[in-house]
Amino acid sequence: MPKPDEPNGRDPNDRPDKKRLGRRDFVKMVGGTGVAVSAAGALIGEALLPRKAAAEAAPAVAAPGKVMGPAAVPITLHINGEDKNLTVEPRVTLLDALRDRLDITGAKRVCDRGTCGACTVIIDKKAVYSCTVLAIDAAASGAQIETIESLAPEGQLHPLSQAFVDNDGQQCGFCTPGFVMAAKAYLDEHPHPTYDEAKAALGGNLCRCGTYMGVRRAVVQAGGGTVPGQGGA
Amino acid sequence: MADYHWPPAEKRSLIGKRISRIDGPWKSSGRAKYTFDINRPGLLYGKMLMSPHAHAKIVSIDTSAAEKMPGVKGVQLMLQPDDEVLWVGQEILALAAETEEQSRDAVRAVKITYDPLPFFSREAAPDKAGAANTKVTSEVTAGDPDTAFKQADVVHEGTYGVPVITHCCLESHGQAMEWDGDQLRYWASTQGVSTLSGDLSTALGKQGITVPPGNIEVITPVMGGGFGSKFPIDTWGIACAQLAKKTGRAVKMLLERDHELMVAGARPSMHAKVRVAATKDGTLTAWESETWGTGGTGAGGAPPLPYVIIPANRRTSYTNVLTNMGPIRAWRAPNHPQMCVLTLCALDDLSDKLGMDPVDFLKKNLNLTTNGRAQDYAAELDIASQLMDWKTKYHPRGDKSAGHIKRGVGVSLHTWGGGGGPSNCQCVINPDGSVTVSLGTQDLGVGTRTVVTIVAAETLGLPLEGVTANIGDSKYPASGPSGGSTTVGGVSSATRRAATNALNELLAKVAPSLNATPDQLEAVGGKIQVIADPSRNIDWKAACAKLAGTPITATGSRQARNDDLISSGVGGVQMAEVSVDIETGIVKVEKMVAVQDVGLVMDLKTAESQVYGALIMGVTYALYEEKLMDAQTGICLNPNMEFYKLAGINDVGELVVHMMTGPGYDERGPIGIGEPPTVSPGAVLSNAVANAIGVRVPELPLTPANVLAALNASAPSKA
Repeated sequence: MPKPDEPNGRDPNDRPDKKRLGRRDFVKMVGGTGVAVSAAGALIGEALLPRKAAAEAAPAVAAPGKVMGPAAVPITLHINGEDKNLTVEPRVTLLDALRDRLDITGAKRVCDRGTCGACTVIIDKKAVYSCTVLAIDAAASGAQIETIESLAPEGQLHPLSQAFVDNDGQQCGFCTPGFVMAAKAYLDEHPHPTYDEAKAALGGNLCRCGTYMGVRRAVVQAGGGTVPGQGGA
Repeated sequence: MADYHWPPAEKRSLIGKRISRIDGPWKSSGRAKYTFDINRPGLLYGKMLMSPHAHAKIVSIDTSAAEKMPGVKGVQLMLQPDDEVLWVGQEILALAAETEEQSRDAVRAVKITYDPLPFFSREAAPDKAGAANTKVTSEVTAGDPDTAFKQADVVHEGTYGVPVITHCCLESHGQAMEWDGDQLRYWASTQGVSTLSGDLSTALGKQGITVPPGNIEVITPVMGGGFGSKFPIDTWGIACAQLAKKTGRAVKMLLERDHELMVAGARPSMHAKVRVAATKDGTLTAWESETWGTGGTGAGGAPPLPYVIIPANRRTSYTNVLTNMGPIRAWRAPNHPQMCVLTLCALDDLSDKLGMDPVDFLKKNLNLTTNGRAQDYAAELDIASQLMDWKTKYHPRGDKSAGHIKRGVGVSLHTWGGGGGPSNCQCVINPDGSVTVSLGTQDLGVGTRTVVTIVAAETLGLPLEGVTANIGDSKYPASGPSGGSTTVGGVSSATRRAATNALNELLAKVAPSLNATPDQLEAVGGKIQVIADPSRNIDWKAACAKLAGTPITATGSRQARNDDLISSGVGGVQMAEVSVDIETGIVKVEKMVAVQDVGLVMDLKTAESQVYGALIMGVTYALYEEKLMDAQTGICLNPNMEFYKLAGINDVGELVVHMMTGPGYDERGPIGIGEPPTVSPGAVLSNAVANAIGVRVPELPLTPANVLAALNASAPSKA
């Protein structure tokens, strides 16, 4: 059985920022809930892995004294200052709840297992991979969730988003919302990063087109710093 | 009358400047809607069942339990009993359910029995792969290589290789589809907005669904990366249309990450035994290579080796190794990065044996280039040397300084064709002064929408805000797919012609009011004015008001791959500086320099971004990327982003980009830039590592394991 301080046995009142999910914890959680294991991956896995592994995995998300699911349950998420009511199965990630249930699609699903950062949102002031958080946990903990849609009203542009435009910190743009939110969380705590410090904000996000030069300059610009000329690094 | 030719430098107000991408705010605010983001009323979620076998015959498929699973609305077989699957991850069926979780559950409930068959999934040299799995596809001899090797002062022999890598587009392959009567809306993450309708119509016809191409609207306002892997409709496109048809609901089906990495992108491998010869003054005299590679179950094309620098005497052969891996797809500059590694690394080793600085060796042999860019290469080598401070940093092979961190530098050069792909543009000038240009092209993130806007606004003498570019929809005039760096050439030529044609109609309308003939007028700075007397002018809005309610609609088309506005053929030089920890084998990129010509640069900012991006993608494939296959099971071992590693921001070092512009380049017109700068990074980083540690790491990627193996192989025996 999971220990109480492990994510799949944790107190629903334990807010996500108190115990951030490590990748290893996440993998354990996945083993128990099936979240983020693709259908085909599971099929292949079944063919290769002993059944025992699945049998030993933890049971579905269970808070002490309160069992949710496996059927869909009503929850309320606090997103961008509004309460959103929805009904999801306990295994649904916050990312999929945002995208598929609420049509809040700025956060992107790419790796779906806590590696690439494309799904980054801010929960209680911390940058969080929303693919590693269960929607029911985010609801139970009363988390305040900020998505990129909250940065500026329709038709306006947040200065950080503007900095990404000015410095061409985006190409296909699919990773961009994750970068913007990771940078936002960083800047909220470190408002004036140097060019070197800006890298620290962005190590948890991956881009395939190769926009890191512009992204880094954008973060410095948004922090009011001096952006090096062409070719600086 | 305005003519089509590009304005001279002093008259350009937008072309060649640093302009922020037009759709940047849409993306960085998170509001851009990608295919993956499409939500429609009643949307169903599609999932596919993939083969767990690398080669098997399907004996039976039982979907009865799956069909009864909660939420399932439709099941579509993609293969039938008796069909063979040829790789792990091959699609067998698709189904659609109310939620993604339900569709995943239902896929698990499908029962399939297989008759497993022998397979081969290891990237092995032809002598180890066996006759059944190999096919010699090319043997070429030119000149007299045997005599040349006999007469040579210096001969070098080595092996070099580049593994299969995968595209790993961040937006996975897939689509959303919705039928409305006999009309089909097709949101596609594609590189070919104007070609998918026809492809899907044909494919659906074979499945008994008749829908003319004109009834299929392909919609791709933005897309999350393609890199050459997103041209086809793919099996999932057909199945998605079938599921949407049979359920009467919109269906969205994007590949899961593991599926994406297993089957939706693979750059063929290329390995070679190379022998090269030179006279002692450093003149390359002969090349010999036995090359092999795998492109999965199909035959990859034989690469024309050597690359760029081509001596008269050469013998080459190519053997295709057939493997039960996913199918190959075009990857930025198909074959070039691999050929560049095989050639420029072998030449780097040869120059080391000659005791020559490799920059001097390349310069000495530029007369052996056949792409007409010898002079450009010479200039680019000089500029790159300055930007890298090559003369200070270069040392003969092997950093002799004390300590376990060794530094080194490397050089490489490359070429690409480009030229303009087919493109048609419609330009509309409205009586209220607004302007639209419409093309059925697509923006993969390279800045196509921005370039189109720049060209139209420059042509009409308007600010960028004065023009709306409509792209990313098959309802607009057809343009070719984005591949081979042909997009910017095609759309620039078409847009320039359409906008010029529209402008000439407007000039004819307003000429009488300025007491001039149309050929005496020009559109500059938001005005139509008399060229000889700019004080006689009319504001753009006032000019358009003379249209009296009838918009001008003009079209323009790219005339040929190299029409009078565009051309093809570019060169580029790159240098890299690395430090290598010889105790851990870890390679750190300190600095890379890219010097690139691309004809007339349309937008300096996004053009440079393409080159930065190519360098970063190059660091990734040089240092990290390899699609690992298990020989016993045929399973891809790293179909995820933890173990299929992409370079992060801390991995890329200092990057310097220099675009060749001005006389000698501008008059060639715009040429695409997606491919060329992505060619050299593998060779240039491998050469820098060899310079640092004193031995060649023969195979990419330059992982600690490969670096340490090369060091160990060269270490003197302790016995």
